[in-house]
Amino acid sequence: MKKKIFLLLFFLITFESYGYENLDNKIFKNLRCLVCQGQTVHDSNSEFALTIKSVVKDKISEGKNEKEIYDFLSEKYGDWILLNPPLKKSSYLLWFLPYFLFVLGIIFLFFLLKKPKIRP
Amino acid sequence: MKQINYIIVSILFSAIFVVLYLSLGNEKIYDTEDLVGKKIPEVEINLFENSGVLNTKEFTNNEFTILNFWASWCAPCRKEHPNLVRLSKITNLKMVGINFKDDKSNAKNFLQENGNPFDILAKDKLGKKSVNFGIYGIPETILIDSELKILKKYIGPLNIKDVNEIRKIVKK
Amino acid sequence: MLSNLGNTFVIVALLISFLLVFFSFKEFKTNNNLIPVKIYKISLLQLFFTASSFIILLLAYVLSDFSLANVYENSHTNKPLFYKISGTWGNHEGSLLLWINILVLFSSLFLFINKNNDKDFKILTLLFQNILVIIFLIFLLSNSNPFSKLFPIPLEGLGLNPILQDPALAIHPPLLYVGFVGSSIYFSAALAALISKIDSQSLAISIKPWVLISWFFQTVGILVGSIWAYYELGWGGYWFWDPVENSSLMPWFVMTALLHSILVLERKIGLYSWVIILSILTFTMSVTGTFLVRSGILNSVHTFASDPSRGLFILSFLILMVFFSIYVFFKFAPFENKKYSIFSKETFIIANNWFMIFFLGVVLIGTLYPVFLDTITGSKISVGPPYYNLILAPFLIPLLFLMTSGPNYKWISNETKSFFNFVLVLSVILFLITFFIVKESSFLLNLILFFSIYLITQTLFDFYESFKKRNVNISRIISHLGFGLLIFFIYINHIFSLENNFNLKLGEVKKTNNYVIKFNNLEEQSIKNYKSIIGHFNISNKKTLRSQELKPEIRLYDKPVIITYEASIDSNLFSDTYLTMSNISETDVFNIKFQIKPFMNFIWFSVLLLSLGGILNFFKRKKNETN
Repeated sequence: MKKKIFLLLFFLITFESYGYENLDNKIFKNLRCLVCQGQTVHDSNSEFALTIKSVVKDKISEGKNEKEIYDFLSEKYGDWILLNPPLKKSSYLLWFLPYFLFVLGIIFLFFLLKKPKIRP
Repeated sequence: MKQINYIIVSILFSAIFVVLYLSLGNEKIYDTEDLVGKKIPEVEINLFENSGVLNTKEFTNNEFTILNFWASWCAPCRKEHPNLVRLSKITNLKMVGINFKDDKSNAKNFLQENGNPFDILAKDKLGKKSVNFGIYGIPETILIDSELKILKKYIGPLNIKDVNEIRKIVKK
Repeated sequence: MLSNLGNTFVIVALLISFLLVFFSFKEFKTNNNLIPVKIYKISLLQLFFTASSFIILLLAYVLSDFSLANVYENSHTNKPLFYKISGTWGNHEGSLLLWINILVLFSSLFLFINKNNDKDFKILTLLFQNILVIIFLIFLLSNSNPFSKLFPIPLEGLGLNPILQDPALAIHPPLLYVGFVGSSIYFSAALAALISKIDSQSLAISIKPWVLISWFFQTVGILVGSIWAYYELGWGGYWFWDPVENSSLMPWFVMTALLHSILVLERKIGLYSWVIILSILTFTMSVTGTFLVRSGILNSVHTFASDPSRGLFILSFLILMVFFSIYVFFKFAPFENKKYSIFSKETFIIANNWFMIFFLGVVLIGTLYPVFLDTITGSKISVGPPYYNLILAPFLIPLLFLMTSGPNYKWISNETKSFFNFVLVLSVILFLITFFIVKESSFLLNLILFFSIYLITQTLFDFYESFKKRNVNISRIISHLGFGLLIFFIYINHIFSLENNFNLKLGEVKKTNNYVIKFNNLEEQSIKNYKSIIGHFNISNKKTLRSQELKPEIRLYDKPVIITYEASIDSNLFSDTYLTMSNISETDVFNIKFQIKPFMNFIWFSVLLLSLGGILNFFKRKKNETN
């Protein structure tokens, strides 16, 4: 249930525009090229990136969905390869700390404001 | 109130700086050591010489197996080759070479020049099969037992220390 | 020869800086109301020696004097003169010398031209600034000396990484350094203000021009870096949320916050302590960014030769700086208990600050989290563009809305306004037109598009209104317009970008939905320091029947040996056609990346507009003073 709510939220705030981008390109952009200096698989021309690209394309044509492909690759290469860190215990803080800070800001701001006076 | 803030801010920054200090010692080379302890996947790989295939299931017949990913174009592979020849002398260790994205005749010449330590020679012409083993650059070497469990994973050329380590593991 | 001379000059500069600190400290304790002439003289002398040492290094590069290890490692005789010059600051040691030059330049400029006459404040600023100068000079001499000698003298240098041999990248670092090293001066001024207890208005007047200048340079610096990444790295993107880019963005957020809150400060409405915190934070973020980049703890495209001892030094400096600032702040900061009316300009500015700090927080968390996780638990994760896009994008909506309505509220007063007006109706209409052209399905994206249109329309309307009243705040209008356009075009670009990846052999033709791409010819060329393989492609649009010739290149440099992939870009007003090719080893097949990137020029233009607003404000201020 929790997962469903999260997925729903995820869907609401997601900003990817579906339909315009090929699935393979979208996946390439979310993968780190392990042999490069901070490049994505999508951006790299290295042997490794080219191999991963063709493997991903194969998986897509086998009918695997996006998540299955990420799972496959992170099983083989660790979470390091995923540029979009999956939500798990180790990344809770990463995902929720920003929102926490934002709310903290609101509270702080609230104390700075004058209470509105009701004019007689 | 001011005092409390002072203390909180100081502690917060101290903590951050301690972690940053420790981070200077972080390992910068990425390895896929998470795979150690897991089983290698069941996949079929083409044999080097003929059109036959090698199934990783077959490795269950061996006590220990070394999977070495190499290519004739890779300079570090040349460097580690004598160490592979050393390993090939161990009796209860099967040596499987997987020729990675290579030209067949170049690979043959390479083995003729440097000796062929491999009991089985397979090829991964497109490099796609290697992804199943978490290979991201060659040379890489994987040591597995008869249950296909990964005991050790070496990224980069094997050195003499690694050879001794493998000897020790295999002897037990 | 040059090495000895350079070393001597740096050491003399160090001694002079000590002298300056000593005299400033002595002067602070006296009751004179004027700063003695000798301090001005010493400051000029310091400027002379630091500038000269930089010129000596420059000369060593131009003359290819390989007796300097730094020149040997980063230059080569057959490199074009322009890149010999830019090579001076294209490496760690040289850039550190540039960094020191900017510290000193700002120190002297502040001393000579700052209008504020409070002596204690001025002398303390000078004192703190020169402590910074001393620390960095010691760092330079002890750890990263560009004048280190090499013996025997090599005949030839190792050369500069070819992707750095580029006009945009030659000017990118100096721009950025003026931006974030320039922020040191209001860091020093903030500490000095606390101790000398100057009032809010004089603090605001003192630091405002420096904030404007550094903000302007930081913005333009980021823009130039972005343009470079777009055409040189060959990926068709312009912002990658790379740790190094993030390090330049983090101070930018704080500067932007500062720029706005100074407006409140100069009207004596409050935010004194807050402006102090932001001033300290800006330089802290600059140093943090430098630490992250130079210590090598992050994995980035923009490689800087890294070395743990450097990291340790910068970290020690950072620790010293932060704790000293915390100490001074808690000891001297006045207690404020101001309350602000909800519908007043200052509240909107505080809201702007809240967003900027939030953005800073997100970028900081995204950049540092992997480092922290790795250090504490040993597991490695990556935080890339999807994270930042997902978290930041929704917050653009309220930010755009606040930018739209905020500027029209009055200071201090508390009057509510009706949101329903002509501009809103017009914006809705414009949005609907856009919507039917774009046909975007994502709800969030549509909202961002709408609110950026709303901001653009409202800002233009404001311009018209204030023009009628002959009281135009032109810098605000231009900057906000620039920001609105920037967001609008980033998303339009995102929506309309087309991309195709495919493999092609010479002579083959690839047909996509709208384009036909022909691989006509392959040409090899040998140029001075590289060999080049040039592909000739013809791209024709099926609908418009327009055809373009594009020639992407693969270059093999020999000094040092590096392969680069040069994109071929046909840039038009409304759209860029972008093509890169790479060879696939052991085959005669080429991997082709074909992209259509609409409105790229509009994105660059928007950022220029944004920065133009800042610099206009600077000149307007000057004009007001002379009047």
